[in-house]
Amino acid sequence: MALLKSNKVIHCLGNISPCLGVLSTRSSSWWGGVQMGPPDPILGVTEAFKRDTNPKKMNLGVGAYRDDQGKPFVLSCVRKAEALIASKQMEKEYLPIGGLGEFNKACAELALGDNNDVLKSGRSITVQTISGTGSLRVGANFLSRFHAGPRDVYLPKPSWGNHTPIFRDAGMQLKAYRYYDPSTCGFDFKGAFEDISKIPEQSVILLHACAHNPTGVDPRPEQWKEISDIVKKRNLLVFFDMAYQGFASGDINRDAWAVRHFIEQGHNIVLSQSFAKNMGLYGERVGGFTVVCNDAEEAKRVESQIKILIRPIYSNPPINGARIATTILNTPDLRSLWLEEVHGMANRIIKMREQLVAGLKKEGSSHNWQHVIDQIGMFCFTGLKPEQVERLINEFSVYMTKDGRISMAGVTSGNVGYLAHAIHEVTK
Amino acid sequence: MSVFCDVPLSAPVAVFQLTQDFNNDPFPTKVNLGVGAYRTDDGQPWVLPVVKKVEKVIVHDNRLNHEYLPILGLPEFRAASSRLVLGDKSPAIMESRVGAVQCLGGTGALKIGAEFLRRYYNGNNNTKTPVYVSAPTWENHNAVFASAGFEDVRSYRYWDAAKRGLDMSGFLGDLESCPERSIFVLHACAHNPTGIDPTQEQWRQIARVMMRRQLFAFFDSAYQGFASGNLERDAWAVRHFVSAGFEVFCAQSFSKNFGLYNERVGNLTVVARDADSLRRLMSQMEKIARVTWSNPPSQGARVVALTLNSPQLFDEWKDNVKTMADRVLLMRAQLKAKLHALRTPGTWDHITQQIGMFSFTGLNPKQVEYLEKEKHVYLMASGRINMCGLTTKNIDYVAASIHEAVTVVQ
Repeated sequence: MALLKSNKVIHCLGNISPCLGVLSTRSSSWWGGVQMGPPDPILGVTEAFKRDTNPKKMNLGVGAYRDDQGKPFVLSCVRKAEALIASKQMEKEYLPIGGLGEFNKACAELALGDNNDVLKSGRSITVQTISGTGSLRVGANFLSRFHAGPRDVYLPKPSWGNHTPIFRDAGMQLKAYRYYDPSTCGFDFKGAFEDISKIPEQSVILLHACAHNPTGVDPRPEQWKEISDIVKKRNLLVFFDMAYQGFASGDINRDAWAVRHFIEQGHNIVLSQSFAKNMGLYGERVGGFTVVCNDAEEAKRVESQIKILIRPIYSNPPINGARIATTILNTPDLRSLWLEEVHGMANRIIKMREQLVAGLKKEGSSHNWQHVIDQIGMFCFTGLKPEQVERLINEFSVYMTKDGRISMAGVTSGNVGYLAHAIHEVTK
Repeated sequence: MSVFCDVPLSAPVAVFQLTQDFNNDPFPTKVNLGVGAYRTDDGQPWVLPVVKKVEKVIVHDNRLNHEYLPILGLPEFRAASSRLVLGDKSPAIMESRVGAVQCLGGTGALKIGAEFLRRYYNGNNNTKTPVYVSAPTWENHNAVFASAGFEDVRSYRYWDAAKRGLDMSGFLGDLESCPERSIFVLHACAHNPTGIDPTQEQWRQIARVMMRRQLFAFFDSAYQGFASGNLERDAWAVRHFVSAGFEVFCAQSFSKNFGLYNERVGNLTVVARDADSLRRLMSQMEKIARVTWSNPPSQGARVVALTLNSPQLFDEWKDNVKTMADRVLLMRAQLKAKLHALRTPGTWDHITQQIGMFSFTGLNPKQVEYLEKEKHVYLMASGRINMCGLTTKNIDYVAASIHEAVTVVQ
C-alpha cells in the first residue's frame, strides 16, 4: 500500500521535472515486498560443516557418492567416454526438443530391458530431460495439463523433499500414503497397502523404483507384487521415480525389477530416470522421462505435447552428459566397465553399512541396528531423534539432517569407527 | 481405456519443421535460410576455435569433476556473464546490486525471470499483469510468459511493414497507453526476427517513457557481439537502462556468440535497486530453479567462464565473434547488391539496414511458399531469412530465386 502511494507522488514529481522523477524513483524498488526465502535444510548442513574446524568432522548430509578417501568419484568409463567424444570433435548444433535420439533409446532400454515388448511395439516415448528433477517437472507439467483424473499425487511418507514443491508448482496437489515404519525402521507394508486401497481411482501414485530416498527402505519383490495388484485394482496412474538404478543393489536389472514387473502387469506407467548417481554425472544433468502408452499412435500424440511443454522452459536439453551416457551404454567395453564401477560403488556402500553395524556392536551398543544393513542405496534412516542428531553435530562434528538421515556415501573405512563411537555415545 | 486417449496431436514447432522439410528435400542446390544458427561460407556449423581449445583444456584437467553446481550455477560464469553485458566498471556491480542465475540457454533465463515476475512483481502472483512482446517477436516469447502463468500477453507495435523499419510512433504510442507496471520484453540488439534495432536516441526516448510510466524492462540479449561485432555497442541499450535507474532483468544467451547451442548456456542478470532487495530476490530465484531443474549443466558454463576470465582467451573469442559478424555483414551487402543488379522490384535497403542474424525480407507467405516449393529455398513464412544460410556459393541462386518469386507471385 505504502509503495503504491509513494509511486503516485513520484509520478507527479516526474511531470514537473524528469530529473527529479528519476532521482525519486531510484529510492524505491519493485521488490520491497519480496520475503527472504527459507534456507535449504540440506545446504544448511553443508554450510555448517564447512565452517567446522574439527579435523574429525564428517559430512553425512551430502547426496553425492564419495570414494573411500571421501573424494568425489569420476568413473573411469566416464573419462574414457569423454576422451572418445573429444577426439570426434563433434558439432554443437541444437538438439531436438526431445533430446538426443540415441540417448532416449538407450535410456529406455536400460530401464525396461533390451527385449521389452513395450519398446519393440513403439508404444512408449522417452524424452531426454534435465536429470531427475527436470524429468519429474516435465512429468508433473504433463499430468497437470493432460491427466483427466484427480489432481492428487500420492507420495510415500516420507519422500524426497523436492517432490512436493515440484508437483505443487506444476499445479498438482499432494497427498501421502504410509511407507516408513519408525518402530522398525523398515517398510510399513500393512499401512501402505491400507492407504493405497483407499486412494480414489485415477489418482497418481508416485513410487520410488529402488533405494528409497530418504529412508533406504524398499519393498521386497512379493510386496511389490501385492502393491502392483492393489494399484491396478484402484486404477491408479503410476509415476515411478528411478534415480538409483544400479546404485542400489549393484545390479541394474535387479534395481529395475519393480518397474519391469509393473509394466509386465499391464500398468501404463510414467517414469523418471536420473544418471546423476549411477554414472556420477551429477552436474551434467542427464535424465529421461518415459510415458508408456496404449499404442504407437497415442505415443506420438503424447510426445508432441511433451515437446510443447518443454519448449517454453528450456527449448532443448544440454548434450554433453547425454553424449557421455550414450557412449557408455552403447560401447560394449565401456558398458561392461560401467557395470563394474557401479557395482563397486554399491558394494562400498554395502560394506560401510556392515562396518558401521559391526562398529556399533564393538562399542557395546545394545540397540538393534539391523535396519542399517537392511536399508539400501545411498541413504540410511538411522532412527536417531532430533536431540541425538543435535548432539552428534555439536559434540562430534558429525553432520546430518534433523530427520536422522545419513548419506552412507560420506562414510569411509577411515571414519566409520569414529561414526560408530559417536552414534553409540548419543544413544547409549 | 488409456488416461491419455484424449491427448491431441499438437502441431510441430514451425522452425524445426522447416529444417526437417529441408533435410528431406533431395534437390541438389537446396538452401536453408530457416533456423537461427551460424554457418560458415561452406554452409557448415562452426565450432569456435577458442571453444575447441578450452574444451581440450577442460577434458584434460583431472582436477575437474562432475559434481553438482550450486542451484544458481557456476559463480565465475555468472559474474563474468553479468560483467559482459553491464560492463566491467558498471556502478551497479560495484554497488553489489547485481545478481545472476545460470540458466538453460536464453530460453531458460527468460523462463526463470518470467516465473519470478509472475510470483513477485506487481503484487503477489499477479497473473493479470500485461506482458508486452514486440510485433513480431521470437515465437517462443509468448509461450514462455504464458507457461509462467501470465494470462495477458500482448504485442507492442514494432515492425512497420510499409517502410520496412521500426514503427517508432506505434511503439511509443503503446508505451504511453498500456497499463502502468506492464512488463515489456525488449530485444537488446539484433531484433529477432526483423533485424531492426532502435537507434541510441530512440532507446533514450523509450527509456524515458518507460520510467515515467513505471514499466518493467525485461531484456532479451541473445546476440551480444554477434550483431555489430562489438560487445559494448551491442550492450548499449541494457547499460543505458541501468544507468537511467531501472531495475532490469536481462536474459543472456551464449548459444550464438559462443556457438554453444546444444550446451544450453544462459544467464539471467538481475539488477536491483539495492543489495538487500537483491539478496531477497536471489533467495526466491533459487527456489524457482530448484523446482525446474535443481541446478544447471556445468560443461557449457565452464567453457564460457574460462574464456571470459582469461585475457588471452577473451581476445581470441572476440576475434571469433567478429569473424561471424563480419561474414553476416558481407552477405547482407552482397545480397542487396545482387538484388539491385537484377533490378528486383521493391526496395532492398533494409537488408543492410537491419542487423544481426536475421532479415525480415518483406516477402509475403505466397512468395515464401513459391521459394520453398519451386526453388527449394527454405525460409520462415514470415519472410524471415537467416543471413548465415547464405554463402558466396549460393547467393546468386538465392538472389535469382527471390527475384523470380517477387516477379511471379504477388
